[in-house]
Amino acid sequence: MATPTRHLRGLAPWIVPLLILLAWEASSRSGWLSSRILPEPLAVGAAFWGLLVSGSLLHDVAISTGRALGGLAIGGGLGLVLGLLTGTFRTAETLLDTTLQMIRNVPALALIPLVILWFGIDESAKLFLVAIGVFFPIYLNTYHGIRAVDAGLVEMARSYGLQGWPLYREVILPGALPSILVGLRFSLGLMWVLLIVAETISAQSGIGYMTMNAREFLQTDVVLVGVLLYALLGKLADFVARELERRFLRWNPTYLGVTA
Amino acid sequence: MQRDWIAPPSAGLGVCLEGLRKDFGTRAVLDGLDLDIAPGQFVAIVGRSGCGKSTLLRLLAGLEPASGGQLRVGGAPAAARRDDVRMMFQEARLLPWRTVQQNVKLGLATPDADGRARDALAHVGLVDRANDWPAVLSGGQRQRVALARALVHRPRLLLLDEPLGALDALTRIEMHRLIESVWRELRFTAVLVTHDVAEAVALADRVLLVEEGRITLDEAVGLTRPRGHGSEAFADIEGRVLSRVLKESAQVSSEQQPRLAA
Repeated sequence: MATPTRHLRGLAPWIVPLLILLAWEASSRSGWLSSRILPEPLAVGAAFWGLLVSGSLLHDVAISTGRALGGLAIGGGLGLVLGLLTGTFRTAETLLDTTLQMIRNVPALALIPLVILWFGIDESAKLFLVAIGVFFPIYLNTYHGIRAVDAGLVEMARSYGLQGWPLYREVILPGALPSILVGLRFSLGLMWVLLIVAETISAQSGIGYMTMNAREFLQTDVVLVGVLLYALLGKLADFVARELERRFLRWNPTYLGVTA
Repeated sequence: MQRDWIAPPSAGLGVCLEGLRKDFGTRAVLDGLDLDIAPGQFVAIVGRSGCGKSTLLRLLAGLEPASGGQLRVGGAPAAARRDDVRMMFQEARLLPWRTVQQNVKLGLATPDADGRARDALAHVGLVDRANDWPAVLSGGQRQRVALARALVHRPRLLLLDEPLGALDALTRIEMHRLIESVWRELRFTAVLVTHDVAEAVALADRVLLVEEGRITLDEAVGLTRPRGHGSEAFADIEGRVLSRVLKESAQVSSEQQPRLAA
């Protein structure tokens, strides 16, 4: 009895997307929707297949993913290190936090003209944009995560002889981890947004290049393939973040409820 | 044999306080407090909230420095005895991201840490929960884990800061029995801060009342152990201490009345 209901529950989130797809297909076939505006789903599927078989799709996805992860590694890594520093040491906070809070209020996309002047339109410009975008969610959440660690636990650990790195490893880092992972999740979302913008400005490869190129030739179906790819990759990033939380926050009552 | 992992012979450390002061700003929380505790003695400190009893415990634990006076544990300054002193807090303060066993061996660097942690857990009757997360334990079980975590360090002075305050009445009585039995067996010195006079009389050799930063009552409890809450002698001592606490607070409020009116 339990298994069919569980299957149904697993399918339930997909009912609405499926209905939208059916309505879309129906209105395209009835001629109600022009294929210039929105080609039918089957045409999009065919375009997807064509690109996949030619190998250009995988090439573009690989390039885009590489840029996204590269930017995440640079920006997220810096955010983590600086967040740990300002969260842990008062001096680092006094020196850096005000500056960082000011920069944070500048939208990353407002820097595009400057980025083009600095880096031109090659790879480093895209990496820079992604990196600066993902930096702040991770920085802020790491900083606040460290600051919000239960002072009672720190006091207890100190009175039990822990200090320095063991104190950090046993109490402060695990205490800040839920917050750091929230930051990572935000960053993964922003990562794709910034990459899309960076790739549509100027690129010789990648998903953004593919869609902008298709627009020139009025290939609406290929543009849609690009849009769907971003949606899928975004969903995948979210899934990865969720799995990381599930794995690293096993002790948390929220996740205990799931496994028990 | 079974329990030689914890107790070296004559484990308890004496405590000697002379003119101990602690100021927060201009307010003296402890105001020249003198106290001698014999090695192995079980002392309970009662008093109204804000009287300085928890501060006294925090000074003994070395969590805060004294503003003045002498504080010696086992003949040495408290700071030098930190490894011999362990504290149980009001809340269990278990690390939620470590299992019960990992919590118990926190700060234990010896190679047999796991074995000692399991022994300590067996001591408090929770060895079968060694691999559980603290989140799935009840309040009483968490305090038992906290007790095991303190015992595993072979403390010679155990400080208890109202560790049973949040527990229900039945669990409290169970915890009294447990604390009393480990204390009798391991002979550490114990200092219990509590607002519950009955708890103090049930457990302690000596009940101290702290008022306005000083000790104003020092009542020896000569009852045989284990003590039944029902006995007449028990009720007698409890009543005496309680009326002393209440009388003082009645006095204080009547003193404050005219001041408020003026």
